[in-house]
Amino acid sequence: MFFLLFGISLLFTIQSHSYHKSKFINSANFLTGGIYNSVNNINSYFNLKSQNQLLSEENKRLRSLLINNGFKTDSIFTDSLMFNKSYRFYTSNIIKNSYSLSTNILTINKGKNDSIKQDFGVISSKGIIGIIDKTSNNYATVISILNTTSKISAQLKKTNHFGTLTWNGKSPEFAQLIDIPKIAPVKTGDTIMTSGRSSIFPKGVPVGIVENFKLDQAENYYEINLKLFNDMTNIEHVYIIENVNTSEINNLFNE
Amino acid sequence: MNNIFSVHTVRFITLVICQVLILNHINFMGYINPYIYILFIALFPIKNSRITLIVLSFLIGLTIDLFLDTGGIHAGASVFIAYARPVILKTSFGTIYEHQSIKFNTVDFGSKLTYFALLTVVHHLVLFSLEIFSFSKILLVLQKTLFSSIFTILLSVIITIIFSRKSK
Repeated sequence: MFFLLFGISLLFTIQSHSYHKSKFINSANFLTGGIYNSVNNINSYFNLKSQNQLLSEENKRLRSLLINNGFKTDSIFTDSLMFNKSYRFYTSNIIKNSYSLSTNILTINKGKNDSIKQDFGVISSKGIIGIIDKTSNNYATVISILNTTSKISAQLKKTNHFGTLTWNGKSPEFAQLIDIPKIAPVKTGDTIMTSGRSSIFPKGVPVGIVENFKLDQAENYYEINLKLFNDMTNIEHVYIIENVNTSEINNLFNE
Repeated sequence: MNNIFSVHTVRFITLVICQVLILNHINFMGYINPYIYILFIALFPIKNSRITLIVLSFLIGLTIDLFLDTGGIHAGASVFIAYARPVILKTSFGTIYEHQSIKFNTVDFGSKLTYFALLTVVHHLVLFSLEIFSFSKILLVLQKTLFSSIFTILLSVIITIIFSRKSK
């Protein structure tokens, strides 16, 4: 009996350590999602102030973009969202945050009913958060960038040298960018953003700034320690990004 | 019988809710969380069969896993301590265990502390090894085990003192 149950739990553990394996132990189901959602309804009052601050900062930034790029705000509103746009945005709230484990997974309150699917990107007003993993009707789980199995393509802002964004499981403030070629001119304080090489995130989503860097063991690539723009311990309002052309891109790869 | 059953159901639900909604948000120093749901396993009556305890531990672990998206690490660790509990009972209580007559309210404090400490350390060691799942980070496992164990032991002793019925 012991070995049977211990074996089952080991199986679940191994599944959870491999990326996107089908499993049914996740918090995007009716029961856990429901409980987290109702608790979050109460908890969200406690950090209303800081979240409002974040949102108004973003509004300020977007408004200055809008004015400076000469858009007319008084024109007749037409739903031009779908014309020539390759990314679609959805808003959502984090109802369960996690950052102290080595495989952190968040839960959000949008799901299949809001046409959220696996492999959509999740960002906040400050930068990257993660990738949608499992969805139920009303909830979805997000593989955080603070997850040792997460691998996202990212690059330096000033040049096009790209590498893989990973996490070593130590501090929720820092992530690691590996496989940056030795020839790249890396400096402390440089900005790192997503590269747009995968079909999940568009190019230019901010990630963090270079804190320190060193050559790896083979001395061919840099390992960069970067400070994330997001405070992963305090996130609530997020945006989900859908790449409308994902299926086309994937078809191209499979041909 | 019915009374014992309902007591344990209530304890099961309360500990899971407490663990998931309160204790997992402590994150003291970034990663230190107490895991007091193992009190359910620790305080389970000794006379009941071993299979029942193992199945129930699996259930409580799996429920925690469901909430925390951690695969099967809590289930694994809980089943492990449920399986190892007789050995731990024997080492910490000695001869009283042989007579199957331990009342957790009446045993002396020292052996109770040893019992909780052993159970917690074993549980956390399995838990964090499964969570991190890599031999190269063995130091991180030991570090997390040490600090979280201290926190858990402290909290579970306090809880048992507060909630123990005074035997008059």
